[in-house]
Amino acid sequence: MTSALHPETWARFTLRQRLARYGILLACGLAVAWALGSIDVIWAWVWDSPLQIGDLFGRMVPPDTTNLRSILWILLETVNIATISTALSVVLAIPVAWLAAQNVTPNRATLWLGRLILVSSRSVNTIIWALLFVAIFGPGIVAGIVAITFRSIGFVGKLLGEAIEEIDRRPVEALEATGASKAAIIVYAIVPQVMPTLAAVSILRWDINLRESTVLGLVGAGGIGIVLQGAIDTFRWQEAATVLLCILALVIVGEVVSAWLRRRIL
Amino acid sequence: MLKITDLVKRYGTGEPVLKGLDLTVEGTTVVAVIGSSGAGKSTLLRCINRLVEPTSGSIELNGMELTKLRGTDLRMARRRIGMVFQGFNLVDRLTVMENVQSGRLGYISTWAAITRRYPREDVARAYELMERVGIAQYADTRADALSGGERQRVGVVRALMQRPEILLADEPTASLDPRTSEAIMGLMRDLASELDLPVIINIHNVVEAKEYTDRIVGMRYGRIIFDDQPSALDEDAMEAIYAGSPAADRATLGTAEADAA
Amino acid sequence: MSKAASSKGGRRDTWHRPPLIANPLLRWGLRLAVAVYVVWALSTMPIDWARAAEGLTRAGRIFGGAFPPSFERSGLLIDGFLESLRIALLATVVGVALSIPIAFMAARNIAPTPIYWLGRAIVVVARSFHPVIVAIVFVKAVGFGPFAGVLTLVVYSIGFVAKMLAERIEEIDFGQVEAMRAAGAPTLSTLFYAIFPQILPRQIGLTIYQLDSNLRASAVVGIVGAGGIGSTLANAFGRYEYDFALAITIVIVAAILVTEAASGWIRTRI
Repeated sequence: MTSALHPETWARFTLRQRLARYGILLACGLAVAWALGSIDVIWAWVWDSPLQIGDLFGRMVPPDTTNLRSILWILLETVNIATISTALSVVLAIPVAWLAAQNVTPNRATLWLGRLILVSSRSVNTIIWALLFVAIFGPGIVAGIVAITFRSIGFVGKLLGEAIEEIDRRPVEALEATGASKAAIIVYAIVPQVMPTLAAVSILRWDINLRESTVLGLVGAGGIGIVLQGAIDTFRWQEAATVLLCILALVIVGEVVSAWLRRRIL
Repeated sequence: MLKITDLVKRYGTGEPVLKGLDLTVEGTTVVAVIGSSGAGKSTLLRCINRLVEPTSGSIELNGMELTKLRGTDLRMARRRIGMVFQGFNLVDRLTVMENVQSGRLGYISTWAAITRRYPREDVARAYELMERVGIAQYADTRADALSGGERQRVGVVRALMQRPEILLADEPTASLDPRTSEAIMGLMRDLASELDLPVIINIHNVVEAKEYTDRIVGMRYGRIIFDDQPSALDEDAMEAIYAGSPAADRATLGTAEADAA
Repeated sequence: MSKAASSKGGRRDTWHRPPLIANPLLRWGLRLAVAVYVVWALSTMPIDWARAAEGLTRAGRIFGGAFPPSFERSGLLIDGFLESLRIALLATVVGVALSIPIAFMAARNIAPTPIYWLGRAIVVVARSFHPVIVAIVFVKAVGFGPFAGVLTLVVYSIGFVAKMLAERIEEIDFGQVEAMRAAGAPTLSTLFYAIFPQILPRQIGLTIYQLDSNLRASAVVGIVGAGGIGSTLANAFGRYEYDFALAITIVIVAAILVTEAASGWIRTRI
C-alpha cells in the first residue's frame, strides 16, 4: 500500500553523493588505465612470467646447505648491525625528540630544527642512506650501521616526540609548585611517563632494522645481503634458497621475540 | 603570615579575574575559600605560588615579597609553599615513596634525585608522615594502584615533606566520594594544628567548609565579599556569594567598574 | 622490599626502589649478558677504522660535488618519477585485490583451520622479506624493468594489507553475521551485508596508506633494477653524478612528504 507520504524507491545515497562516488571510482579507473597503458613492459613477457617464476623457484629446490655455517655467521653479523644501530639511534633520538616536542623545546628555532632532522631522517630510505655512506666510508659495515642509525633516528624520534607532547601536565605542575629544578622535573614527571613508549618503540624499530640490515649488503654496506647477491649473480640458486630461508627464520624469530618483549613492557 | 594586598589578575584585555584582593592569613588557622565557579578561587591560590602570574599587587609570605622573585629565588620560595591538587597530580608510574620524596626535590641535589638516594632524615620523616596518614604500607607500590583517597593522602604527605610555611589546597576533595572527602578534610585540619601550619583550602562543599575550618572567605566574581567565622555564614551571606551570574554582575556593577578603572 | 629498621631504635630511614627484575640472579645475569654481548659484538665487527676516518674528507668532496643540485636532466627525473607512480598504482590495485581473499583466509573466525594456517603462512612470508630482496628475485625471474617492480610491491602490499585486514576481520561483530545466517541469507549476501560494511572503512584507509607506502618503496626497488626513479638514482650514484643524485633525492623526499600529507588528510576525511 503506497501513500503520498512514502516514496516508492529507496536509495542509500543522494544523487549528489552517488555522482561523487562514481566520480571517484572513475578517476581511480582512469589512473589505473593510464598506468597500465603507459607502463614500459613487454606484455608477451608478462603473460610468460608465471612460467618463468615457477622455473626459478624450481631451481631453488632443494636448498643447498654446504655453506650453512658461514651463512649463519654472517647472519649473526647482520643481527649485530641491527642491534648496535638501533641502540645508537635511540640514544641519539632522545635529544632530537626533545627538541621536536612542542611543550618542552626551548624556542621555535629548536622546534623547527628538531622536526627538520626527524623529517629528513624518515623520508630518505635506508638504502639511499646506505648508498651515501658507502660512498663516504667505503664498502663495509660502518656504512651499514651509520645508514640504519640515521634512518632509525627519525622513526624513534617522531614517536618519542609525540609521547613527550602527550604527557599529563599535572605532575609537572605539582613539581613546579614544590620548587624543583627543571632537571628534577624532567626526571620525575616526564621521564617515567615516556619510558614505556620509548621501550616499545625501540623494540619495534629493532625488529624493523633486522629486515633492513639484511639488504644492506646489496649496496655494499655489510651483512648477509652480499652473500645473497653473490649467490644470485653466480646462479647458485640452491644456495640462494638457503640464504632466503635463513633470512625468513631470522625475521620470524625476531618478530616473536620483539612481540614478547613488548607485551612484557605493558 | 601571608599578606596579600590589592592583588589583580587580568588575562589579556578583558575583565580581571581577580579585582584587587586583600587577604591576611596568620597563625595556625584553616581558611576555606568558597565561591561559585569562575569566582577566581583557583586563580587566587595559584597566584600565591606563582603558577599563575599576578598582574599587579603584593603577596608577602613571612616578610618576603613573592611577586618579584625569579629563577632560583622563586624556586626557593616555592619550597616554602606546599600545594595539594584536585587531581592529586602524582606521577602515576612511580612508587608512593618516590612521589612523596618529590616534595623534597627543591632541597636535594639532582644526582640524589636521579639515583633515588634520599637523605636518611627525609626517608625517616616520610615514613613518619605516611604512618600518620595511614599509607605507610604502600611505600613501594605504584601510585596508580591506589584509590582516590589514598592518592590524595600521598599528595598531602608530598606537600608536607617540603616543611612548608603554608599549605594551599585547590579543591582537594572535589574528586573524592563524600566519606573520603570528609576524611581528607579532617586530616588536613588535624595536621594543621599538629604541625602549626596555616592552611588555605578552596572548596565548593560549604557544609564541609563550615565543619572543618576556622574561617571562611567568600569570593564572588574576583572580589572577597565575605570574611568571617563559619558560624556567621548565614542564608543572606550564601545568597550574596552564590546567587546570580557573571552577566548579571556586569549589568549591576558595570558602571562601578568603569569608575574604578 | 624496603630495608629493615636501622639500629636507631627501630626507625626506618633508608629506602631503595624495588628493582624491575625481582630475582637478583636474573638481574645481574642479564646485565652481565648485555655487557658481554656489547664487547663481543664490537670486537667481531670488521671495521676498517682507517677507511672510516678518511670518510670525512670523502664526505666533504661528495657534498661539494652534490651542491648545487642539478636539475638539467629533469626529463629523466620526471620519467623515472612517473614510472614509479605507475608501479605504485598498479601494485596497489593488484595487491589490495589479492589481499582481500588472503585476509579472509588468515582470519581465525572465518577460515577453517588448515586454510587459516595457509593464509597466515602467506602473510608471514610476504612480510618477512625486505622488498629489495623480493625485487632481486623477481628481476632474475622476469627481467629488469617495472614489471618486476610491480610484482615486488604486490608482495609487499599483501604482507601489510592482508595482515591488517585479517586483524580487522577477526575483530568484527559476529552478531551481525549470525543475524544474517539466521534469516537464511546465502553466504555471498552475508558477506556483503554483514562483513564488508564492517571492514570497508579500514580497507579504504589501508589502501590509501599502502599507495603511499608503495610509492616510497618503488623509489627503492628501482635501485636493484626494478624500474622507477630508484634506477635513475642508482645510475647517478654509479656515475658519480652527485649533483643529479641530490636532485633526485630532493624530488623523492618532496614526493614522500606530499603524499604522506595527502594520504593523512584523505584518511581523516573518510
